[in-house]
Amino acid sequence: MVTKKILDILSTVTDPEIPVLSVIDLGIIRDVMVNDDTITILVSPTYSGCPAMDMISMNIKLALITAGFHNVQIQQVLSPAWTTDWMTESGKQKLKGYGIAPPVGKSFDKMYLEELEVACPQCHSTNTTVISEFGSTSCKALFKCNDCKEPFDYFKCH
Amino acid sequence: MHLNINNLLSLADDALILGHRNSEWCGHGPVLEQDIAISNIALDYIGLARNLYQHAATLINAGATEDTLAYLRDVIDFKNHLIVELPNGDWAQTILRIFFFSQYQRLRYQQLLLDTDKQIAAIAEKSLKEITYHIRWSTDWVLRLGDGTAESKARMIKAADYLWPYTEELFVDGFITKREWLATIEPVFLEATLALPSTKQLLQKGIEGEHTEHLGYILAEMQYLQRAYPNSEW
Repeated sequence: MVTKKILDILSTVTDPEIPVLSVIDLGIIRDVMVNDDTITILVSPTYSGCPAMDMISMNIKLALITAGFHNVQIQQVLSPAWTTDWMTESGKQKLKGYGIAPPVGKSFDKMYLEELEVACPQCHSTNTTVISEFGSTSCKALFKCNDCKEPFDYFKCH
Repeated sequence: MHLNINNLLSLADDALILGHRNSEWCGHGPVLEQDIAISNIALDYIGLARNLYQHAATLINAGATEDTLAYLRDVIDFKNHLIVELPNGDWAQTILRIFFFSQYQRLRYQQLLLDTDKQIAAIAEKSLKEITYHIRWSTDWVLRLGDGTAESKARMIKAADYLWPYTEELFVDGFITKREWLATIEPVFLEATLALPSTKQLLQKGIEGEHTEHLGYILAEMQYLQRAYPNSEW
């Protein structure tokens, strides 16, 4: 089936800022619609100002063109707003393996990062402290581990 | 309530100009983490502005695009509130403006969730998550500086006195009342041991195109490339 084939291709398109995560892992693909030779893909942006979104759309098109799908449209869907709850379980494991602590709990369960128990992706200790609510990209916060002393990124619940 | 095109452009212009102002801190923040934080906040605003301009462009039609709206309108066409075009000043003035404006924005965008225009409601839904972060971050700073050292407190008082007259404009179009906004400001000021300023309001209205001298300088910097080399891309 065409849709299945497209989803397989999408699982090879990764986030340029977190190359271990595919767009499927991220949970930003809302729908794939096939109408004759036209393919429409609905994508939810992670953050409004995420500079990676334009590049992700371009990479999706490129991957599909390479596979022979030439008529591809990408539509942005803002509602319902993307949440880290849509990230796949395997995506969370991949993040951890990459050295980024995956989101803890469900989106907006808790107001403050300080109240979260975030495990260090290096030594797994939960004795960690938030350094900054804003990390190297919009979707991450900066933490440090009080046991192994390593600073690390935490993918925020959103 | 349904927005007219000027209301929509006003929302977009607010986001673009405040995003531009905050981006001026990139590479100049007091410490690396805060430099990154304010640059991220600037990106949220620019992203919001893009969503709003793209939608406005579809409503205006006539060849309008997000780029023509951002880069090819002049001072008198911009409908942002004056508070967002003021210079950054010091860190106290910068964070206090974000605090004042984000609290206003949260109230405003909560209303927009119910807008009959589904795309505006969707943009609001998306942005409210980000606005929540901005409020949290700027509230922390208001508390830290207000209830900090003699120097930081003096800076906060000065910033509050300077910004206060401009906050009045947030309520003139009648979407948000000053009372509901004050209810979000007062508890934080109280905890930060700061008094609400009593400086007088301004009669000038940015939302009607009556801007301060500062906006012209922002536009000159922001629009230079598109004006000098029309339609250039990279």
